[in-house]
Amino acid sequence: MTRALDSTGSLDARGAGAVSACARPATAEHEAGAFRHLHAAHCESGVMASMLGHYGLPVSEPMAFGLAAALAFAVVPFIKLSGLPLIAYRMPPRSVVRGLDKRLRLKMVYKRFRDEAEGMRVLDRRLAEGHLVGLQTSVYWLPYFPDDMRFHFNAHNLIVYGRRGDEYLISDPVFEAPVVCDRASLQRARFAKGALAAKGMLYYPTAVPESIDLPRLLKPALRANLRTMTGAPVPIIGIRGIRYLGRKLLRMERRRDRRTLERFLGHIVRMQEEIGTGGAGFRFLYASFLHESSKQLGDELLAQAATRMTDAGDTWRSFALAATRMCKRRGDMNVLELVELLHGCADREAEVWRLLRRFV
Amino acid sequence: MKEDDVPQYAGSAYGGHKKLLYAVDDAGNYKAVESVGCEIEAHATYDAVAELRSRATEAWQRARRGDASPLEYHMYQRRMDVALLAQTAGFFRWRVRRHLAVSRFAALPESVLRRYADALGIDMAALRRLPDEP
Repeated sequence: MTRALDSTGSLDARGAGAVSACARPATAEHEAGAFRHLHAAHCESGVMASMLGHYGLPVSEPMAFGLAAALAFAVVPFIKLSGLPLIAYRMPPRSVVRGLDKRLRLKMVYKRFRDEAEGMRVLDRRLAEGHLVGLQTSVYWLPYFPDDMRFHFNAHNLIVYGRRGDEYLISDPVFEAPVVCDRASLQRARFAKGALAAKGMLYYPTAVPESIDLPRLLKPALRANLRTMTGAPVPIIGIRGIRYLGRKLLRMERRRDRRTLERFLGHIVRMQEEIGTGGAGFRFLYASFLHESSKQLGDELLAQAATRMTDAGDTWRSFALAATRMCKRRGDMNVLELVELLHGCADREAEVWRLLRRFV
Repeated sequence: MKEDDVPQYAGSAYGGHKKLLYAVDDAGNYKAVESVGCEIEAHATYDAVAELRSRATEAWQRARRGDASPLEYHMYQRRMDVALLAQTAGFFRWRVRRHLAVSRFAALPESVLRRYADALGIDMAALRRLPDEP
């Protein structure tokens, strides 16, 4: 059964006693009290898990990530971040939101804005109605980020759950506790230009189901992710993308430009560890999703796949560790060893999908 | 990753915050574990920050010598590059590149300077000036 979340007024008439998520008080002040912050590994899956939980559908972060089929790998030479190719360990921004929208029929509303003032007005209006709003923002312009973490990265996600005058109450899933942000900074963060520009993107669900039908939803989700990782038509996506990255490293070594190679390795690690979720976090996140599914469905194959995925994550960590060590110690560069490790990651992930192919 | 292997490196760039990771406990179950930091990540982050800082410092020195306009310094100080500044201010890249030269920058009209100031989030006076230290 699905609840509609549209008009707060009419639903209020049902009385505060109703369990429905819509029967919430309409003021942001109240909302601030009712909302519970969720600390998550990844911003987007965190936002969705938190939002759905708030509207009465308990879903873990790994489940949100996995059902959205958000695991991926891609090297994108034509999207540059500080001059280096984008390396993604998951699907592009908003894939988690869109994936869940599709599979759980959340009837999400998405809005981008040409006019910044209009973008802020729409946010304010939704907040005043007592709702949560998801935002895509830049990291750099958010004042509550530690200075060393402020880079021009435009695909961060957070929830605004209330407003006190000029201050917005923000639940940023990668922080342990809620934070606040002034209006001017928030506007700047929402409308920052550059790669993956958010253009003020805001989103919220208008219908949230009461439960998740995992036996029905799991297969399509796994199938979609299987396609991403093994069936992409271009060699820079999925498991082939991992091997492509290895070849790229070899090419760089042949050019014997140590500084470029070091910068590139540092970049890979940073994309993996930081913009990713710490220690090849997405692999562990997905492993956790497979494990949770195996428990719920009592399926041994999924549990095996989870263990293999953890293996893959651990290999990614070994790669990052080796790359960092080589960059730190002069003259110790062994690109072949790094390429071996990358192929190890590719092999392990291929094994996971070989198992899961039997399931879907 | 085992629960006990979750990195807890104190010298992280998290500024006292904690990050969440998923790890396996002794019973083989996955759980969310808070991490105060990870050494590998800290290195990568600090290297990237150092790279950005050195770009800003070099630009500051060029500007001090009179080889570049303060605009170049402010751009790098904001961790931007020509491409991002051009997009943010709404100019073509080649125009921004020209404005990095001292004489061209000095001759810029208010309206152009205003766009740069807005893009960089600083006021006009600060944009024209080079600070005493990088």
